[in-house]
Amino acid sequence: MPVCRRGTPIESQDTESMLTFPKGGAHPPEFKEQTAGLSIEVMPVPDELELILGQHIGAPCTPTVARKEEINEGALVGEVKRGLGVPLHSPVTGKIKAIGTSAHPMRVTAPSLTIGVDHEADPVQYPEQDWQSFDGSELLQKVNDAGIIGVGGAGFPTHVKLNPPAGSPVDILLLNGAECEPYITSDHRQMLEHAAEIVGGAGIILKILGINECYIGIESNKQDAIKVMTAAAEQASTGDCSIKIETLQVKYPQGSEKQLIQAITGRKVPAMALPSAVGVVVQNVSTAKAIYDGVVYGKPLYEKVVTIAGKGINKPANLLLKVGTRIKDIVDYLGGLEPGLSKIIMGGPMMGFAVSSLDIPITKTTSAILFLTEDEIDTSPHSQCIRCGWCLEACPMGLEPKEIGIYVEANRAEDTEPFGVFDCFECGSCAYVCPAKRPLVQFVRLAKMKAKRP
Amino acid sequence: MDLELVKIALGGLVLLGCIGLFFGIGLALAAHKFAVEVNPLIEEVLESLPLAQCGGCGYPGCEGYAIAVVNDPDVPPNLCFPGKEKVAQRVAELTGKKMVAIEDQIALVRCSREEGRVSHKHEYYGFASCTAANLSFGGPSSCNYACIGLGECAAACPFDAIDMVENFPIVNPDKCVSCGVCVKTCPKNIIELQTLKARVYMPCSTKDLGKKVKQVCQVGCIGCRMCVKACPAEAVTYVDNLIRIDHEACIGYGPGCETACVTKCPRDIFREYKGAQVISRDLNDGLKMAA
Repeated sequence: MPVCRRGTPIESQDTESMLTFPKGGAHPPEFKEQTAGLSIEVMPVPDELELILGQHIGAPCTPTVARKEEINEGALVGEVKRGLGVPLHSPVTGKIKAIGTSAHPMRVTAPSLTIGVDHEADPVQYPEQDWQSFDGSELLQKVNDAGIIGVGGAGFPTHVKLNPPAGSPVDILLLNGAECEPYITSDHRQMLEHAAEIVGGAGIILKILGINECYIGIESNKQDAIKVMTAAAEQASTGDCSIKIETLQVKYPQGSEKQLIQAITGRKVPAMALPSAVGVVVQNVSTAKAIYDGVVYGKPLYEKVVTIAGKGINKPANLLLKVGTRIKDIVDYLGGLEPGLSKIIMGGPMMGFAVSSLDIPITKTTSAILFLTEDEIDTSPHSQCIRCGWCLEACPMGLEPKEIGIYVEANRAEDTEPFGVFDCFECGSCAYVCPAKRPLVQFVRLAKMKAKRP
Repeated sequence: MDLELVKIALGGLVLLGCIGLFFGIGLALAAHKFAVEVNPLIEEVLESLPLAQCGGCGYPGCEGYAIAVVNDPDVPPNLCFPGKEKVAQRVAELTGKKMVAIEDQIALVRCSREEGRVSHKHEYYGFASCTAANLSFGGPSSCNYACIGLGECAAACPFDAIDMVENFPIVNPDKCVSCGVCVKTCPKNIIELQTLKARVYMPCSTKDLGKKVKQVCQVGCIGCRMCVKACPAEAVTYVDNLIRIDHEACIGYGPGCETACVTKCPRDIFREYKGAQVISRDLNDGLKMAA
């Protein structure tokens, strides 16, 4: 196979008719075939859950329950009193065993609740409500009450995103079904199995925003999902509200907010600005599903579809998990680890975090857990920058990752602000194409720590 | 020779000469009018400083400190650690401030990683810097408060006083001037400055609870607070899950307590301090033991 520096070439891709963002990007091998055909499987609830209190961007929740308190499925267990945040709900009926700390993929340790599960309890029923009878602000309150955050990975409270500042009117809603990270198929399966709910969620968001134009962007490697979603969207589109499916080229990082907006609407979000500055709101398809569940059934967000893949796990799967399920319980359920396992990543291989403990619980934003073997990862040491400029070509934000890396290595991380280090969203395209295997994303993270934000 | 050419050449010389003269006078006037008054005292103080530019005083470079100590009556004359007693004396003389004795200190790495046989929870690949390693899951050590050992402190030390032995920083007491650059550099915040007169020291920085510490380290502090209870001078405190020693109170009480904290410590992590040389040797022994 010819070596392509943007990753594997895509033979059957019709680059003329399909939309994509104009600058940079890469195409890493997809590896989605391992789980794309596996329908969502409900994993039995383990005996104990570890609910991290800070699941969203912003201050962590303060627990509203005490130790040894009995709680029901869906009951409020934590809330944010001041500042950005959403309430947290119990995924199960059971008892609070401890209020302590848990291992956390990014923060090492984080405050958490340990919940002992009562397996005898009856599952909670959520009656269907007619959401059309609510007005915009009531719907927004319901989204907040359901504890919904951007489940694609960012974890930004959704009700804040759906309430754009008065100065920037919004006219387009984008639903992100690109799922451009390799291995992950959880959104793909959600679109196949819950197309009507996702489109319903889009309808609710449109009503909250008071607009009537919605596009759902799906990459062309998910033809079955495009078909199902198109049918669902046609059914839901009535006179005044139009929901359209847009087929996107397979290119990473298509699912990034700014890149998706430019691919579909052609609008360019200025540096350091939010999408609402160009009149767009972007939500993940899974978030739309959560909004539908939260508004129509009043069911808080405490379950998550997670792709479990990689050669290091006995049985790859797409699992519907309770938030707070520990990795070790998932491993036990899927028949254990395979020999040769070398790295466990929470999230996708491009932007996820390597973890070193099986005690870590999943959160609302976990979309995949990858168990990678030695031949799936590359641990060869990096070398000096040869200034080939491939990273410049790959960077979707038009930055110079090589310069940032060189500055950080020379102990001058605080001088990297002029290279736009704060515009970098750490997609990893540069590190992926780098022939010297330089850990460019790591350099950027270091630079962000030491440089002064403009 | 053509007279015309000579005329042109001479004309050019005169013109450029005039321009030069004009700007020269202008610059001279400007230099005179806008001259920045430099306090000669600042220059004198600056000359007496060792000019290591370590920043240990908390001011941007030696000049920053010289300006501050001359202009601000509240800035004490003994902030230059590399200069020690001699420089402090001279600065005090020059500025007419009261000389306060400079306390001889040394950087102390509060970790006994090798001695405690702290294992790795993962292998780290990537940029060899402690801060970078710390970003991915708190570094490769099982103990979240253990020295990462990639030598960022050694690289940052302006006096070359830290040697990395078996991925562990060993402070050279002959070179360390207690400027505190390593203290600010360490992403784990486990380096402290400790007075050379100290009677005891405690090389562990863990804030974890006893159960976790016992799992990851053979000598780590388990927070039993025996030392706190044993100290008759109330010099040992347990604040934010970390043992702190008030050396002033400890030295003030004197040897009457027979170092109760050291004898009571069930983990042998509270130790008698017999001078900086001993710490280095202890650590070296610990490294050899673990090897």
